[in-house]
Amino acid sequence: MSQKITSYQGREITPDDVKQGKYLDIVYRFEPKYSWAAGVAISRFLTELKDGKIVARKCHKCERILVPPRMYCEQCYRPTDEWVQVKDTGTVNTFSISHVGTDARRLKTPILVAVVDIDGASPGMGILHNLGEVEPSKISVGMKVQAVWKRPEERQGAITDIRYFKPMES
Amino acid sequence: MRRRVAIVGAGMTLFRRRMLETPKELSFEASKMALDAAGLTLKDIQSVVSGSAPDAFDGVHMKGEYYLDGMGAIGKPHERVYVGGGTGVFTPIGGWWNVASGMYDTCLCVAEEKMSPLHPHPQYAFWSIFDQILERPLGTTLLWIFSLEMRRYMHKYGIKEEEIAEVAVKNKGNAVDHPCAQLGANITVDDVMRSEPICEPVKRLDVSPPSDGAAAVILASEKVAKKLTDQPVWLDGVGWTLDSTHWTNRDLAYPEYVEKAAKMAYKMAGIKNPRKEIDVAEPYDPFDYKELHHLEGLQLAGKGEAAKMTVDGVTQRDGDLPVCPSGGLLGVGNPIAAAGMMKICEIFWQLRGEAGKRQVKKDARTGLAQAWGDLMQVGTVTVMRS
Repeated sequence: MSQKITSYQGREITPDDVKQGKYLDIVYRFEPKYSWAAGVAISRFLTELKDGKIVARKCHKCERILVPPRMYCEQCYRPTDEWVQVKDTGTVNTFSISHVGTDARRLKTPILVAVVDIDGASPGMGILHNLGEVEPSKISVGMKVQAVWKRPEERQGAITDIRYFKPMES
Repeated sequence: MRRRVAIVGAGMTLFRRRMLETPKELSFEASKMALDAAGLTLKDIQSVVSGSAPDAFDGVHMKGEYYLDGMGAIGKPHERVYVGGGTGVFTPIGGWWNVASGMYDTCLCVAEEKMSPLHPHPQYAFWSIFDQILERPLGTTLLWIFSLEMRRYMHKYGIKEEEIAEVAVKNKGNAVDHPCAQLGANITVDDVMRSEPICEPVKRLDVSPPSDGAAAVILASEKVAKKLTDQPVWLDGVGWTLDSTHWTNRDLAYPEYVEKAAKMAYKMAGIKNPRKEIDVAEPYDPFDYKELHHLEGLQLAGKGEAAKMTVDGVTQRDGDLPVCPSGGLLGVGNPIAAAGMMKICEIFWQLRGEAGKRQVKKDARTGLAQAWGDLMQVGTVTVMRS
Protein backbone atom coordinates (compact mmCIF):
# COMPACT_ATOMS: atom_id res chain seq x y z
CA MET A 1 0.00 0.00 0.00
CA SER A 2 1.27 3.44 -0.86
CA GLN A 3 2.16 5.59 2.12
CA LYS A 4 0.10 8.28 0.39
CA ILE A 5 -3.01 6.21 0.96
CA THR A 6 -4.19 6.31 4.55
CA SER A 7 -7.29 4.15 4.64
CA TYR A 8 -8.03 0.77 3.17
CA GLN A 9 -11.43 -0.56 2.28
CA GLY A 10 -12.83 -3.95 3.22
CA ARG A 11 -14.91 -5.42 6.03
CA GLU A 12 -13.80 -8.73 7.39
CA ILE A 13 -16.24 -11.44 8.39
CA THR A 14 -14.48 -13.11 11.31
CA PRO A 15 -14.75 -16.81 12.26
CA ASP A 16 -16.86 -15.67 15.24
CA ASP A 17 -19.23 -13.82 12.93
CA VAL A 18 -19.61 -17.06 10.97
CA LYS A 19 -20.25 -19.13 14.10
CA GLN A 20 -22.81 -16.70 15.41
CA GLY A 21 -24.48 -16.30 12.02
CA LYS A 22 -23.75 -12.58 12.08
CA TYR A 23 -23.84 -12.11 8.33
CA LEU A 24 -26.54 -12.60 5.78
CA ASP A 25 -26.02 -15.14 3.04
CA ILE A 26 -27.84 -17.50 0.73
CA VAL A 27 -26.76 -21.15 0.64
CA TYR A 28 -27.14 -23.23 -2.49
CA ARG A 29 -25.95 -26.69 -3.44
CA PHE A 30 -25.11 -27.17 -7.12
CA GLU A 31 -25.29 -30.83 -8.11
CA PRO A 32 -24.65 -31.22 -11.82
CA LYS A 33 -23.79 -34.59 -13.34
CA TYR A 34 -21.41 -34.97 -16.26
CA SER A 35 -20.63 -37.81 -18.65
CA TRP A 36 -17.18 -37.31 -20.14
CA ALA A 37 -16.39 -39.28 -23.29
CA ALA A 38 -12.88 -40.61 -22.79
CA GLY A 39 -11.73 -39.66 -26.29
CA VAL A 40 -9.96 -41.65 -29.02
CA ALA A 41 -6.56 -42.16 -27.34
CA ILE A 42 -7.70 -42.63 -23.76
CA SER A 43 -10.57 -44.99 -24.67
CA ARG A 44 -7.98 -47.40 -26.08
CA PHE A 45 -5.72 -46.81 -23.06
CA LEU A 46 -8.57 -47.66 -20.67
CA THR A 47 -9.62 -50.69 -22.71
CA GLU A 48 -6.07 -52.04 -22.49
CA LEU A 49 -5.98 -51.36 -18.73
CA LYS A 50 -8.96 -53.66 -18.46
CA ASP A 51 -6.75 -56.34 -20.03
CA GLY A 52 -3.96 -55.61 -17.58
CA LYS A 53 -1.76 -53.71 -20.07
CA ILE A 54 -0.44 -50.17 -20.28
CA VAL A 55 -0.20 -48.78 -23.82
CA ALA A 56 1.46 -45.70 -25.26
CA ARG A 57 1.51 -43.87 -28.61
CA LYS A 58 4.73 -43.41 -30.54
CA CYS A 59 5.59 -40.43 -32.72
CA HIS A 60 7.89 -41.48 -35.56
CA LYS A 61 9.22 -37.97 -36.02
CA CYS A 62 10.54 -37.22 -32.51
CA GLU A 63 10.63 -40.93 -31.61
CA ARG A 64 8.97 -40.22 -28.27
CA ILE A 65 6.79 -42.91 -26.70
CA LEU A 66 3.97 -41.01 -25.01
CA VAL A 67 2.14 -41.93 -21.80
CA PRO A 68 -0.64 -40.98 -21.31
CA PRO A 69 -1.14 -41.69 -25.03
CA ARG A 70 -2.36 -38.99 -27.40
CA MET A 71 -3.39 -39.21 -31.03
CA TYR A 72 -1.27 -36.20 -31.92
CA CYS A 73 2.26 -35.25 -30.91
CA GLU A 74 2.03 -31.84 -29.29
CA GLN A 75 5.68 -31.07 -30.08
CA CYS A 76 5.82 -32.15 -33.73
CA TYR A 77 2.16 -31.20 -34.19
CA ARG A 78 1.34 -34.17 -36.35
CA PRO A 79 -0.63 -37.38 -35.79
CA THR A 80 1.18 -40.00 -33.72
CA ASP A 81 1.91 -43.22 -35.58
CA GLU A 82 1.47 -46.42 -33.60
CA TRP A 83 0.36 -48.11 -30.40
CA VAL A 84 3.15 -49.55 -28.28
CA GLN A 85 2.75 -51.69 -25.19
CA VAL A 86 4.91 -50.44 -22.33
CA LYS A 87 5.63 -52.13 -19.01
CA ASP A 88 3.55 -52.01 -15.86
CA THR A 89 6.65 -51.12 -13.88
CA GLY A 90 8.36 -47.81 -13.37
CA THR A 91 10.36 -45.44 -11.20
CA VAL A 92 9.11 -43.03 -8.54
CA ASN A 93 9.86 -39.56 -9.98
CA THR A 94 8.45 -37.85 -6.91
CA PHE A 95 5.97 -38.66 -4.15
CA SER A 96 3.87 -37.17 -1.38
CA ILE A 97 2.10 -38.32 1.75
CA SER A 98 -1.29 -36.63 1.63
CA HIS A 99 -3.14 -36.07 4.90
CA VAL A 100 -6.05 -34.28 3.25
CA GLY A 101 -8.73 -35.31 0.77
CA THR A 102 -10.23 -33.56 -2.23
CA ASP A 103 -12.22 -31.07 -0.14
CA ALA A 104 -9.20 -30.35 2.15
CA ARG A 105 -10.68 -32.35 5.04
CA ARG A 106 -8.24 -34.31 7.14
CA LEU A 107 -7.95 -38.02 6.28
CA LYS A 108 -7.67 -40.74 8.92
CA THR A 109 -5.23 -42.72 6.78
CA PRO A 110 -2.93 -40.71 4.52
CA ILE A 111 -2.99 -41.30 0.76
CA LEU A 112 0.39 -42.10 -0.78
CA VAL A 113 0.68 -40.42 -4.14
CA ALA A 114 3.43 -40.41 -6.75
CA VAL A 115 4.41 -39.55 -10.28
CA VAL A 116 5.63 -42.87 -11.70
CA ASP A 117 7.83 -42.78 -14.81
CA ILE A 118 6.68 -45.78 -16.83
CA ASP A 119 9.28 -48.29 -18.08
CA GLY A 120 9.33 -48.61 -21.86
CA ALA A 121 8.06 -45.08 -22.43
CA SER A 122 10.37 -42.13 -23.15
CA PRO A 123 12.32 -40.77 -20.17
CA GLY A 124 10.20 -38.57 -17.91
CA MET A 125 6.87 -39.94 -19.18
CA GLY A 126 5.14 -40.27 -15.86
CA ILE A 127 1.59 -40.81 -14.70
CA LEU A 128 -0.06 -39.81 -11.45
CA HIS A 129 -1.00 -42.76 -9.25
CA ASN A 130 -1.09 -44.06 -5.71
CA LEU A 131 1.49 -46.16 -3.89
CA GLY A 132 0.64 -49.09 -1.62
CA GLU A 133 2.12 -52.00 0.35
CA VAL A 134 4.87 -49.68 1.58
CA GLU A 135 5.63 -47.78 4.79
CA PRO A 136 5.53 -44.03 4.05
CA SER A 137 8.99 -43.64 5.59
CA LYS A 138 10.40 -46.25 3.19
CA ILE A 139 9.38 -44.46 -0.02
CA SER A 140 12.14 -42.72 -1.95
CA VAL A 141 12.62 -40.90 -5.25
CA GLY A 142 14.13 -43.35 -7.74
CA MET A 143 12.44 -46.40 -6.15
CA LYS A 144 11.41 -49.09 -8.64
CA VAL A 145 7.71 -49.93 -8.47
CA GLN A 146 5.23 -52.24 -10.18
CA ALA A 147 1.50 -52.02 -10.75
CA VAL A 148 -0.86 -53.97 -8.53
CA TRP A 149 -3.92 -54.73 -10.66
CA LYS A 150 -7.49 -55.36 -9.63
CA ARG A 151 -8.71 -58.86 -10.39
CA PRO A 152 -9.80 -59.10 -14.08
CA GLU A 153 -13.50 -59.42 -13.19
CA GLU A 154 -13.31 -56.25 -11.07
CA ARG A 155 -11.75 -54.06 -13.78
CA GLN A 156 -13.91 -51.40 -15.36
CA GLY A 157 -11.70 -49.74 -17.94
CA ALA A 158 -10.56 -47.01 -15.54
CA ILE A 159 -7.27 -45.68 -14.18
CA THR A 160 -8.28 -47.35 -10.91
CA ASP A 161 -7.99 -50.80 -12.58
CA ILE A 162 -4.46 -50.38 -11.27
CA ARG A 163 -5.03 -50.34 -7.51
CA TYR A 164 -1.66 -48.75 -6.83
CA PHE A 165 2.06 -49.24 -7.47
CA LYS A 166 4.12 -51.17 -4.92
CA PRO A 167 7.89 -51.50 -4.46
CA MET A 168 9.40 -54.08 -6.81
CA GLU A 169 10.82 -57.17 -5.21
CA SER A 170 14.51 -57.28 -5.97
CA MET B 1 4.71 0.64 -33.93
CA ARG B 2 4.55 -0.35 -30.24
CA ARG B 3 3.87 2.49 -27.80
CA ARG B 4 5.39 2.81 -24.35
CA VAL B 5 2.93 2.10 -21.53
CA ALA B 6 3.01 3.45 -17.97
CA ILE B 7 1.29 2.59 -14.71
CA VAL B 8 -0.04 5.82 -13.18
CA GLY B 9 -2.06 4.64 -10.19
CA ALA B 10 -2.67 1.58 -8.02
CA GLY B 11 -5.12 0.49 -5.34
CA MET B 12 -6.16 -2.55 -3.35
CA THR B 13 -8.53 -3.68 -0.63
CA LEU B 14 -7.76 -5.56 2.55
CA PHE B 15 -7.04 -9.26 1.96
CA ARG B 16 -8.95 -11.49 4.40
CA ARG B 17 -10.16 -15.09 4.66
CA ARG B 18 -13.76 -13.91 4.33
CA MET B 19 -15.04 -10.46 3.39
CA LEU B 20 -18.50 -8.97 3.58
CA GLU B 21 -18.14 -7.19 0.22
CA THR B 22 -19.33 -8.87 -2.97
CA PRO B 23 -16.93 -9.29 -5.92
CA LYS B 24 -18.49 -6.14 -7.44
CA GLU B 25 -17.98 -4.14 -4.24
CA LEU B 26 -14.39 -5.29 -3.82
CA SER B 27 -13.68 -4.40 -7.45
CA PHE B 28 -15.20 -0.96 -6.99
CA GLU B 29 -13.08 -0.19 -3.90
CA ALA B 30 -9.79 -1.21 -5.53
CA SER B 31 -10.60 0.55 -8.82
CA LYS B 32 -11.74 3.75 -7.13
CA MET B 33 -8.54 3.86 -5.08
CA ALA B 34 -6.42 3.41 -8.25
CA LEU B 35 -8.38 6.14 -10.06
CA ASP B 36 -8.00 8.52 -7.12
CA ALA B 37 -4.29 7.78 -6.93
CA ALA B 38 -3.94 8.60 -10.64
CA GLY B 39 -6.07 11.74 -10.32
CA LEU B 40 -8.61 10.37 -12.80
CA THR B 41 -12.31 9.64 -12.88
CA LEU B 42 -14.05 6.81 -14.70
CA LYS B 43 -14.86 9.20 -17.58
CA ASP B 44 -11.14 9.34 -18.34
CA ILE B 45 -10.91 5.55 -18.75
CA GLN B 46 -11.23 4.22 -22.29
CA SER B 47 -11.06 0.46 -21.74
CA VAL B 48 -11.16 -2.07 -18.90
CA VAL B 49 -9.35 -5.41 -18.53
CA SER B 50 -10.36 -7.67 -15.67
CA GLY B 51 -8.98 -10.83 -14.16
CA SER B 52 -10.49 -13.43 -11.87
CA ALA B 53 -9.64 -17.11 -11.40
CA PRO B 54 -12.02 -20.10 -11.49
CA ASP B 55 -15.76 -19.37 -11.65
CA ALA B 56 -16.09 -22.41 -9.39
CA PHE B 57 -15.13 -20.37 -6.30
CA ASP B 58 -18.12 -18.08 -6.71
CA GLY B 59 -20.53 -20.52 -8.30
CA VAL B 60 -21.25 -17.67 -10.71
CA HIS B 61 -20.85 -18.50 -14.36
CA MET B 62 -19.90 -15.61 -16.69
CA LYS B 63 -18.27 -13.91 -13.73
CA GLY B 64 -16.70 -11.31 -16.03
CA GLU B 65 -20.16 -10.12 -17.00
CA TYR B 66 -21.45 -10.34 -13.43
CA TYR B 67 -18.81 -8.09 -11.84
CA LEU B 68 -18.16 -5.62 -14.66
CA ASP B 69 -20.22 -2.73 -13.25
CA GLY B 70 -18.09 -2.84 -10.09
CA MET B 71 -15.08 -2.59 -12.38
CA GLY B 72 -16.35 0.52 -14.11
CA ALA B 73 -16.72 -1.34 -17.39
CA ILE B 74 -20.32 -0.56 -18.40
CA GLY B 75 -20.44 0.63 -21.99
CA LYS B 76 -16.69 0.33 -22.41
CA PRO B 77 -14.56 -2.21 -24.25
CA HIS B 78 -14.03 -4.84 -21.54
CA GLU B 79 -12.26 -8.16 -21.64
CA ARG B 80 -11.65 -10.74 -18.93
CA VAL B 81 -8.37 -12.57 -19.18
CA TYR B 82 -7.68 -15.92 -17.54
CA VAL B 83 -4.66 -18.14 -17.01
CA GLY B 84 -5.40 -19.64 -13.58
CA GLY B 85 -3.05 -18.39 -10.86
CA GLY B 86 -1.13 -16.48 -13.51
CA THR B 87 -4.16 -14.24 -14.08
CA GLY B 88 -3.20 -11.39 -11.73
CA VAL B 89 -0.06 -10.55 -13.68
CA PHE B 90 -1.73 -11.42 -16.99
CA THR B 91 -4.40 -8.75 -16.36
CA PRO B 92 -2.06 -5.74 -16.79
CA ILE B 93 -0.45 -7.62 -19.70
CA GLY B 94 -3.92 -7.58 -21.28
CA GLY B 95 -4.12 -3.87 -20.50
CA TRP B 96 -0.70 -3.39 -22.06
CA TRP B 97 -2.04 -4.75 -25.40
CA ASN B 98 -4.85 -2.20 -25.21
CA VAL B 99 -2.48 0.75 -24.79
CA ALA B 100 0.73 -0.40 -26.56
CA SER B 101 -1.29 -1.21 -29.67
CA GLY B 102 -2.52 2.38 -29.93
CA MET B 103 -6.15 1.35 -29.44
CA TYR B 104 -6.59 3.29 -26.16
CA ASP B 105 -4.72 5.90 -24.11
CA THR B 106 -6.05 4.78 -20.72
CA CYS B 107 -6.98 1.34 -19.40
CA LEU B 108 -8.22 0.27 -15.98
CA CYS B 109 -6.92 -3.19 -14.98
CA VAL B 110 -8.72 -4.87 -12.08
CA ALA B 111 -8.22 -8.29 -10.51
CA GLU B 112 -10.74 -9.66 -8.04
CA GLU B 113 -11.17 -12.89 -6.15
CA LYS B 114 -13.59 -14.20 -3.56
CA MET B 115 -12.63 -17.74 -2.61
CA SER B 116 -14.76 -17.83 0.53
CA PRO B 117 -18.17 -18.72 -0.96
CA LEU B 118 -17.18 -22.34 -1.68
CA HIS B 119 -17.74 -24.83 1.15
CA PRO B 120 -16.42 -26.73 2.94
CA HIS B 121 -13.15 -25.29 1.60
CA PRO B 122 -12.07 -23.35 -1.52
CA GLN B 123 -9.55 -26.13 -2.24
CA TYR B 124 -12.47 -28.18 -3.48
CA ALA B 125 -12.73 -26.08 -6.66
CA PHE B 126 -9.27 -27.19 -7.71
CA TRP B 127 -10.35 -30.80 -7.97
CA SER B 128 -11.84 -29.89 -11.35
CA ILE B 129 -8.56 -28.69 -12.87
CA PHE B 130 -7.20 -32.25 -12.95
CA ASP B 131 -7.76 -34.61 -15.87
CA GLN B 132 -11.27 -35.93 -15.44
CA ILE B 133 -10.53 -39.43 -16.78
CA LEU B 134 -7.04 -40.27 -15.54
CA GLU B 135 -6.47 -38.15 -12.41
CA ARG B 136 -9.67 -37.18 -10.60
CA PRO B 137 -10.66 -40.81 -9.84
CA LEU B 138 -7.50 -40.99 -7.67
CA GLY B 139 -8.92 -38.46 -5.18
CA THR B 140 -6.81 -35.49 -6.22
CA THR B 141 -6.31 -32.27 -4.31
CA LEU B 142 -4.38 -29.27 -5.61
CA LEU B 143 -1.86 -29.69 -2.79
CA TRP B 144 -0.62 -32.86 -4.49
CA ILE B 145 0.97 -31.07 -7.41
CA PHE B 146 2.77 -28.70 -5.06
CA SER B 147 4.00 -31.39 -2.71
CA LEU B 148 5.14 -33.53 -5.64
CA GLU B 149 6.91 -30.60 -7.27
CA MET B 150 8.50 -29.49 -3.98
CA ARG B 151 9.83 -33.02 -3.39
CA ARG B 152 11.29 -33.24 -6.90
CA TYR B 153 12.91 -29.81 -6.55
CA MET B 154 14.44 -30.73 -3.18
CA HIS B 155 15.64 -34.09 -4.51
CA LYS B 156 17.26 -32.73 -7.67
CA TYR B 157 19.23 -29.97 -5.98
CA GLY B 158 19.67 -31.41 -2.48
CA ILE B 159 17.66 -28.64 -0.82
CA LYS B 160 16.43 -29.01 2.77
CA GLU B 161 12.95 -28.22 4.10
CA GLU B 162 14.56 -25.87 6.64
CA GLU B 163 16.08 -23.79 3.84
CA ILE B 164 12.74 -23.57 2.06
CA ALA B 165 11.07 -22.53 5.34
CA GLU B 166 13.25 -19.39 5.36
CA VAL B 167 11.03 -18.04 2.57
CA ALA B 168 7.89 -18.37 4.71
CA VAL B 169 9.67 -16.70 7.63
CA LYS B 170 10.83 -13.78 5.45
CA ASN B 171 7.53 -13.21 3.64
CA LYS B 172 5.25 -13.47 6.66
CA GLY B 173 7.67 -11.13 8.45
CA ASN B 174 7.59 -8.62 5.58
CA ALA B 175 3.79 -8.71 5.62
CA VAL B 176 3.74 -7.35 9.18
CA ASP B 177 4.40 -3.97 7.52
CA HIS B 178 1.62 -4.33 4.92
CA PRO B 179 -1.62 -2.66 6.02
CA CYS B 180 -3.75 -5.01 3.91
CA ALA B 181 -2.07 -8.24 5.03
CA GLN B 182 -3.99 -11.25 6.26
CA LEU B 183 -1.14 -13.31 7.74
CA GLY B 184 1.73 -11.03 8.68
CA ALA B 185 3.65 -12.65 11.55
CA ASN B 186 7.08 -12.99 13.04
CA ILE B 187 7.71 -16.71 12.97
CA THR B 188 10.78 -18.96 12.97
CA VAL B 189 12.03 -21.80 10.80
CA ASP B 190 11.21 -24.05 13.73
CA ASP B 191 7.57 -22.89 13.68
CA VAL B 192 7.33 -23.86 10.01
CA MET B 193 9.01 -27.22 10.57
CA ARG B 194 6.72 -28.05 13.47
CA SER B 195 3.51 -26.95 11.75
CA GLU B 196 1.01 -29.62 10.82
CA PRO B 197 1.96 -31.76 7.79
CA ILE B 198 -0.69 -31.40 5.08
CA CYS B 199 0.77 -33.13 2.03
CA GLU B 200 4.30 -34.06 2.96
CA PRO B 201 6.72 -32.42 2.45
CA VAL B 202 4.25 -29.47 2.50
CA LYS B 203 3.34 -28.27 6.00
CA ARG B 204 0.73 -25.76 7.13
CA LEU B 205 3.12 -22.79 7.28
CA ASP B 206 4.61 -23.54 3.84
CA VAL B 207 1.27 -22.54 2.27
CA SER B 208 -0.52 -19.26 1.55
CA PRO B 209 -4.11 -18.95 2.81
CA PRO B 210 -7.37 -18.76 0.84
CA SER B 211 -8.47 -15.12 0.71
CA ASP B 212 -10.93 -12.54 -0.58
CA GLY B 213 -9.72 -9.25 -2.05
CA ALA B 214 -9.17 -7.03 -5.08
CA ALA B 215 -6.39 -4.90 -6.56
CA ALA B 216 -6.20 -2.53 -9.53
CA VAL B 217 -3.83 -0.38 -11.60
CA ILE B 218 -4.38 2.31 -14.24
CA LEU B 219 -2.34 2.12 -17.45
CA ALA B 220 -1.74 5.13 -19.70
CA SER B 221 0.05 5.89 -22.94
CA GLU B 222 3.31 7.87 -22.69
CA LYS B 223 1.67 11.15 -23.74
CA VAL B 224 -1.14 10.86 -21.18
CA ALA B 225 1.11 9.47 -18.41
CA LYS B 226 3.51 12.41 -18.64
CA LYS B 227 0.61 14.85 -18.24
CA LEU B 228 -0.69 12.98 -15.19
CA THR B 229 2.43 12.39 -13.14
CA ASP B 230 6.12 13.11 -12.72
CA GLN B 231 6.56 9.52 -11.57
CA PRO B 232 5.16 7.15 -14.16
CA VAL B 233 6.27 3.54 -13.76
CA TRP B 234 6.91 2.10 -17.21
CA LEU B 235 5.65 -1.34 -18.12
CA ASP B 236 8.67 -1.99 -20.33
CA GLY B 237 8.54 -5.75 -20.74
CA VAL B 238 5.75 -8.34 -20.74
CA GLY B 239 5.97 -12.08 -21.30
CA TRP B 240 3.76 -15.10 -20.92
CA THR B 241 3.85 -18.73 -22.03
CA LEU B 242 2.01 -21.93 -21.23
CA ASP B 243 2.98 -25.58 -21.28
CA SER B 244 0.49 -28.46 -21.78
CA THR B 245 -1.61 -30.00 -19.01
CA HIS B 246 0.57 -33.16 -19.25
CA TRP B 247 2.28 -32.08 -16.05
CA THR B 248 3.42 -35.60 -15.15
CA ASN B 249 5.51 -35.62 -18.34
CA ARG B 250 7.43 -32.51 -17.32
CA ASP B 251 10.66 -31.74 -15.42
CA LEU B 252 9.07 -30.71 -12.13
CA ALA B 253 12.35 -29.38 -10.73
CA TYR B 254 12.54 -26.44 -13.13
CA PRO B 255 9.75 -24.22 -14.57
CA GLU B 256 10.82 -23.91 -18.18
CA TYR B 257 7.60 -22.05 -19.08
CA VAL B 258 8.57 -19.32 -16.56
CA GLU B 259 12.01 -19.08 -18.17
CA LYS B 260 10.41 -18.60 -21.58
CA ALA B 261 8.02 -15.94 -20.30
CA ALA B 262 10.86 -14.14 -18.51
CA LYS B 263 13.10 -14.16 -21.57
CA MET B 264 10.27 -12.69 -23.63
CA ALA B 265 9.82 -9.86 -21.09
CA TYR B 266 13.58 -9.27 -20.71
CA LYS B 267 14.08 -9.07 -24.47
CA MET B 268 11.30 -6.49 -24.77
CA ALA B 269 12.71 -4.45 -21.88
CA GLY B 270 16.29 -4.72 -23.19
CA ILE B 271 17.50 -6.59 -20.10
CA LYS B 272 20.67 -8.58 -20.75
CA ASN B 273 21.69 -9.63 -17.23
CA PRO B 274 18.56 -9.97 -15.07
CA ARG B 275 20.41 -10.72 -11.83
CA LYS B 276 22.32 -7.42 -12.14
CA GLU B 277 19.59 -5.30 -13.69
CA ILE B 278 16.50 -6.26 -11.63
CA ASP B 279 16.56 -4.31 -8.35
CA VAL B 280 13.46 -5.75 -6.67
CA ALA B 281 11.30 -8.77 -7.50
CA GLU B 282 7.86 -10.10 -6.62
CA PRO B 283 7.85 -13.71 -7.87
CA TYR B 284 4.75 -15.81 -7.22
CA ASP B 285 4.88 -17.47 -3.79
CA PRO B 286 1.70 -19.48 -3.09
CA PHE B 287 4.07 -21.95 -1.38
CA ASP B 288 7.48 -21.06 0.03
CA TYR B 289 9.43 -23.34 -2.33
CA LYS B 290 7.66 -21.71 -5.30
CA GLU B 291 9.49 -18.43 -4.67
CA LEU B 292 12.79 -20.30 -5.07
CA HIS B 293 11.57 -22.27 -8.09
CA HIS B 294 10.47 -19.05 -9.76
CA LEU B 295 13.62 -17.07 -8.93
CA GLU B 296 15.49 -19.78 -10.84
CA GLY B 297 13.05 -19.80 -13.76
CA LEU B 298 13.31 -16.01 -13.89
CA GLN B 299 17.13 -16.29 -14.20
CA LEU B 300 17.49 -14.34 -10.93
CA ALA B 301 19.22 -17.34 -9.35
CA GLY B 302 21.14 -20.25 -10.83
CA LYS B 303 19.41 -23.65 -10.89
CA GLY B 304 19.21 -24.97 -7.33
CA GLU B 305 20.84 -21.82 -5.92
CA ALA B 306 17.86 -19.75 -4.78
CA ALA B 307 17.70 -21.46 -1.38
CA LYS B 308 21.27 -20.47 -0.53
CA MET B 309 20.57 -16.92 -1.69
CA THR B 310 17.63 -16.83 0.74
CA VAL B 311 19.57 -18.30 3.65
CA ASP B 312 22.36 -15.77 3.00
CA GLY B 313 19.88 -12.88 3.30
CA VAL B 314 20.26 -11.67 -0.31
CA THR B 315 16.48 -11.61 -0.74
CA GLN B 316 15.69 -9.61 2.42
CA ARG B 317 14.41 -6.04 2.06
CA ASP B 318 17.88 -4.72 2.82
CA GLY B 319 19.58 -7.37 0.67
CA ASP B 320 21.10 -7.09 -2.78
CA LEU B 321 17.98 -8.52 -4.46
CA PRO B 322 14.91 -7.88 -2.28
CA VAL B 323 12.26 -10.51 -3.04
CA CYS B 324 8.60 -10.19 -2.06
CA PRO B 325 9.06 -7.06 0.07
CA SER B 326 5.24 -6.88 0.19
CA GLY B 327 5.05 -10.09 2.17
CA GLY B 328 3.88 -12.03 -0.86
CA LEU B 329 1.02 -14.45 -1.00
CA LEU B 330 2.38 -16.22 2.09
CA GLY B 331 1.96 -13.06 4.17
CA VAL B 332 -0.42 -10.62 2.46
CA GLY B 333 -2.76 -13.40 1.36
CA ASN B 334 -3.77 -15.23 -1.79
CA PRO B 335 -7.02 -14.08 -3.39
CA ILE B 336 -5.74 -15.71 -6.60
CA ALA B 337 -6.00 -13.09 -9.36
CA ALA B 338 -5.89 -10.17 -6.90
CA ALA B 339 -2.71 -11.61 -5.36
CA GLY B 340 -0.83 -11.36 -8.67
CA MET B 341 -2.10 -7.81 -9.13
CA MET B 342 -1.00 -6.99 -5.57
CA LYS B 343 2.54 -7.78 -6.76
CA ILE B 344 2.17 -5.32 -9.64
CA CYS B 345 0.96 -2.69 -7.12
CA GLU B 346 3.91 -3.41 -4.80
CA ILE B 347 6.51 -2.95 -7.55
CA PHE B 348 4.73 0.28 -8.60
CA TRP B 349 4.94 1.61 -5.02
CA GLN B 350 8.53 0.40 -4.54
CA LEU B 351 9.73 2.07 -7.75
CA ARG B 352 8.03 5.34 -6.72
CA GLY B 353 9.54 5.19 -3.25
CA GLU B 354 6.05 5.07 -1.74
CA ALA B 355 6.23 1.74 0.04
CA GLY B 356 6.72 3.25 3.49
CA LYS B 357 7.95 0.71 6.03
CA ARG B 358 8.24 -1.86 3.26
CA GLN B 359 10.53 0.30 1.11
CA VAL B 360 13.61 -1.66 0.05
CA LYS B 361 16.97 -0.29 1.11
CA LYS B 362 18.58 -0.09 -2.30
CA ASP B 363 17.67 2.54 -4.85
CA ALA B 364 15.24 0.46 -6.88
CA ARG B 365 14.83 1.56 -10.51
CA THR B 366 13.83 -1.70 -12.20
CA GLY B 367 11.40 -4.24 -10.78
CA LEU B 368 9.74 -7.49 -11.78
CA ALA B 369 6.42 -9.14 -10.96
CA GLN B 370 5.58 -12.71 -11.91
CA ALA B 371 2.68 -15.08 -11.45
CA TRP B 372 2.18 -18.76 -12.18
CA GLY B 373 -0.76 -21.09 -12.44
CA ASP B 374 -2.92 -23.98 -13.58
CA LEU B 375 -1.36 -27.45 -13.77
CA MET B 376 2.28 -26.38 -13.39
CA GLN B 377 2.11 -24.76 -16.80
CA VAL B 378 1.74 -20.95 -16.84
CA GLY B 379 4.28 -18.15 -16.48
CA THR B 380 3.31 -14.46 -16.64
CA VAL B 381 6.03 -11.83 -16.22
CA THR B 382 6.25 -8.03 -16.27
CA VAL B 383 9.33 -5.80 -16.06
CA MET B 384 8.75 -2.28 -14.74
CA ARG B 385 10.99 0.81 -14.59
CA SER B 386 10.80 4.13 -12.81
